[in-house]
Amino acid sequence: MTEGIDTIAPPVLAVSDLTVRFPASRDWLGRATSHVHAVNGVSLQVRGGGSLGIVGESGCGKSTLAQAIIGLAPYEKGSVAIDGQDFQASQGRQKRDLRQKMQIVFQDPQSSLDRRLPVWRLISEPLHIRGGHSNAELHAKAAELAAAVGLRPEHLDRLPHEFSGGQRQRIAIARAMSTDPDLMVLDEPTSALDVSVQAQIVNLLLKLQRERGLTYLLISHDVALVRHFCDDVAVMYLGQIVESGPADAVLGNPRHPYTRTLLASAPSFETPLPTLAEVRIGELPNNRKLPTGCFYRERCGKAANGCEAPQDLRRLGDGVRHARCHLAQG
Amino acid sequence: MMTDTVQSRGQALAIHNLSLEFPTFSGAIKALDNVSINVAKAEIVGIVGESGCGKSVTTMAATGLLPKGRYRITGGSVRLFGHSTLTMDDSQLQDVRGKMVSTIFQEPMNALNPTIRIGKQLTDVIMRHEEASLPDARRIARDILADMLIGDPERVMKQYPFELSGGMRQRVLIAMAFSCNPGLIIADEPTTALDVTVQAVILRLIQNRARRTGTSVIFISHNVAVVSQLCDRLYVMYAGRIVEHGATRTVLDAPQHPYTQALLRCLPERVAPKQELEAITGAVPNLMHPPAGCYFQPRCKEAIDLCRSRSPQLAGADGREVACWRRGVGPEIAEQGSRQ
Repeated sequence: MTEGIDTIAPPVLAVSDLTVRFPASRDWLGRATSHVHAVNGVSLQVRGGGSLGIVGESGCGKSTLAQAIIGLAPYEKGSVAIDGQDFQASQGRQKRDLRQKMQIVFQDPQSSLDRRLPVWRLISEPLHIRGGHSNAELHAKAAELAAAVGLRPEHLDRLPHEFSGGQRQRIAIARAMSTDPDLMVLDEPTSALDVSVQAQIVNLLLKLQRERGLTYLLISHDVALVRHFCDDVAVMYLGQIVESGPADAVLGNPRHPYTRTLLASAPSFETPLPTLAEVRIGELPNNRKLPTGCFYRERCGKAANGCEAPQDLRRLGDGVRHARCHLAQG
Repeated sequence: MMTDTVQSRGQALAIHNLSLEFPTFSGAIKALDNVSINVAKAEIVGIVGESGCGKSVTTMAATGLLPKGRYRITGGSVRLFGHSTLTMDDSQLQDVRGKMVSTIFQEPMNALNPTIRIGKQLTDVIMRHEEASLPDARRIARDILADMLIGDPERVMKQYPFELSGGMRQRVLIAMAFSCNPGLIIADEPTTALDVTVQAVILRLIQNRARRTGTSVIFISHNVAVVSQLCDRLYVMYAGRIVEHGATRTVLDAPQHPYTQALLRCLPERVAPKQELEAITGAVPNLMHPPAGCYFQPRCKEAIDLCRSRSPQLAGADGREVACWRRGVGPEIAEQGSRQ
């Protein structure tokens, strides 16, 4: 679920007005003189057992958003709440417990696994860091998780380089599950894999979700994958959500001009190659100096009066989706 | 395969039964096994397959781009507009590359020299192959950049590669590839590193320019959907062999080879949300010790005894061929095999 939708149970993840910017240059005193505006006021919610997909082009801030949620990137403004508890406001033991409730799976399992550790240590490392487990317990837990992700017992003592990309990603998923998290952030988990292996990993993730009630936040540029995998989707452009709602509604019948362009350009069996006019040549504006008004105005084919004003994400007539465009109907 | 020398004259590229291996200390890796690919003039042909199946090796071998001494051709021939490239020396190959054939690579940053301005890199190529004067070369470069929908060619020509975005760099490379009017363009995953909106533009530009100038294109990709939108004909490769080829729509709408069928079933696009995808079990074979018979046989649900003992050859009609004992060759042979 995304912003503005009331749910009775507190959502597993609630992000409100999150803003992340990084210093791009500094003066001689070390003070930042300009910033890269990576995430500009993102609000979203994911309910327990659900999955939210975030799609957008490279540089739109989707990975930074994932890192800010997981606590890997400091954020300037806004809040991230896991199970109703604010992450940044919490301290000490509570913060550590909250951290256990969310885990991340990165895109490239080649670089996200320590190549000197055997598989059982890799999988149980989050528990090892938490402390209070004997090696035998860690090994037993790793064996259980390895079985759950489809690795064989004899794999446990091997090193990451002995595995293929798909199996490495299984190890990364097992590691993410070791603390029994509520929320799993999947940052392009299959982009580095071949399609036949992607299918195996997607099946595994869906199975784990059914069995364990996991909540997913999937970051991806692959529209077909998000449509298959997610209940809800949020489309990002230049650090903002421009359209959000149920996946079939947003991806089946997009209302924001950017979502339309994105979907028209996505390669598909059913549609011919889009014409140049449909695709609208252009790239993300520089995120060091944010445009005034609607961020998409320069590339938008429908830019009209009123687009020079900043756009709010407003609820559309169908009641379930939101679009950041004053011209969007429906 | 129908590839005699007479026919190859109307062809841009005719690769006939090419076999190639990479010798290593622990044995030879048989990267290509009897690969035959024909590209007619003005035709856009796709090669699809998963990583390591030999898509790039095929075209790199055909254009002499593989490192000398690191590979061995064990059979077959390559004819590029009637010239045999396998027997050429370096200087002959340099004349061929750029003039007759040019390649667009996946990573545009690595394919451009970071210390030289775009304009000089383009004009150098044009002057080398077209014997044009510098002002002429600059004019050609400007025109072709404008043709790639680059708004301000003059400014881009004064810039260095790092000043351009990925999509712009790739357009510069396409401009460079087309600049000497080659008869054949090899596009080796040219859009894999790019966003979908940029990808769609790049594909359109390649297609428009190729259709207008009658250039043949070989488009290598792991993305079947992209190939389906761009290509007239399609070759499917698996573990260094061609398993199926034919007109794009025919192959994709009614795939025959079990591998092609499995590959298409893996894609989430054609499956209802949250339904299980049909993953291909097992892994790609080790080409140092390939399995006996058909290379796909260990992962194939339909394999019979014959598949495990003898390699199927491509067979079929009307430019559509499949290498599978269970297809194309007639049920009698398959029956025979199952009784063996």
